[in-house]
Amino acid sequence: MVAKPITPQRGETPDEGTAALLRELVAHLRQKRTQLREEWARRITVAQLLTAMTEEEIFAEATSVYDNYVEALETGTFEALQAYARNLSERIIPRGVETHEVVGIVLLLRDVLARSLFAKYQEDFEKLNRILDAYEPAANRIANTVAVGFVQERERVIRQQQEAIRELSTPVLQVRDRLLILPIIGVIDPQRARQLTEQLLRAIRTNRAKVVVIDITGVAAMDSNVANHLVQTVEASRLLGATVIVTGLSPEIAQTLVTIGVDLSEMTTVGDLQGGIEEAERLLGVKVVVINEAA
Amino acid sequence: MEVPILKQGQYVIASVQSALTDADLRELREQITERVGRFRSKGVIVDVTVLDVMDSFAVRTLRDLAHMTRLRGAETVIVGIQPEVAFAMVQLGLSLKGVATALDLEEGLAFLNARAREHLTSGR
Repeated sequence: MVAKPITPQRGETPDEGTAALLRELVAHLRQKRTQLREEWARRITVAQLLTAMTEEEIFAEATSVYDNYVEALETGTFEALQAYARNLSERIIPRGVETHEVVGIVLLLRDVLARSLFAKYQEDFEKLNRILDAYEPAANRIANTVAVGFVQERERVIRQQQEAIRELSTPVLQVRDRLLILPIIGVIDPQRARQLTEQLLRAIRTNRAKVVVIDITGVAAMDSNVANHLVQTVEASRLLGATVIVTGLSPEIAQTLVTIGVDLSEMTTVGDLQGGIEEAERLLGVKVVVINEAA
Repeated sequence: MEVPILKQGQYVIASVQSALTDADLRELREQITERVGRFRSKGVIVDVTVLDVMDSFAVRTLRDLAHMTRLRGAETVIVGIQPEVAFAMVQLGLSLKGVATALDLEEGLAFLNARAREHLTSGR
């Protein structure tokens, strides 16, 4: 009898021959659960994976993964496994677990189980062949599901963090009546520049600002795109009746702006933030008086 | 679409109530210029708070208006440009260069008053 390669598709049930093999396989894996789980946990430690977790934690997760793995083999469906993988990822990503570790442990489990099958069926080579034909595609599918689930969760977290960073790094601050300060730190990509401008314009309207000081001391480098964004921000602010003072241009950025040939005629610039605020106060007709405390 | 144009002392205030067609814009420009001449106004405020979009024709018309009124001795201030509109304008390169702008009606009046005081002190 020639063994047929079985590829369980989503929703499809394997045919009778394969089903029987899988049932036998699953029964064996359940019977050997305790020792195979321990073997797996041991190999994880030896391979120095999941170093961010304690041995107890590894064992607890190993138990869940093992049971979910065997269940996926049994049912031939992977939704439950997908859900479990996402859930697991959500828990371990904050612990600092890396992608290679997750892929590593799933492949180790695959290996531990395969070797167990070899051990059991080594006397009957033909049966071993058929068992492996049933096992292999499902095992591949499982490894894939878990790894992809983990990576997707990581990507989701990264996107979330990026958004949070964007929000945090462009605060618009009111320092005086009608005066806003926008300190920009770090790298400005087109998306951030756009967000910055929108945030600033809304703040001008909300705070009824007449002067805005944009400080770019913390901006390392600027290309022509960003320079143009800055010019646009200045012009858009003017349309809302606010004057913009740009401060903190490094010599490099000043050089860049001149070289690019950006139209700076509409932009007021002052060397540093202090100078910028003093100029803003002048424009607002505000005078600061230092009161000397009597000794 | 009729835009109410009111006289307020030395100033003329036009308050846009809804989206304007090209014809409306031209009409508005003519009406304001006419009033400025008739009342010998020193300032014009055009309030576009209500507009959530301004195309190149609208921007050009407002620029022309400002130039025309200046020739007749009045300063024009465009007020109430919305953040989204301002952003779109600069992205599309629609410029109101040379035209005064302010946040709202109150700021527009403050601007014109300050200008009037300057003229007095400079003896113009």
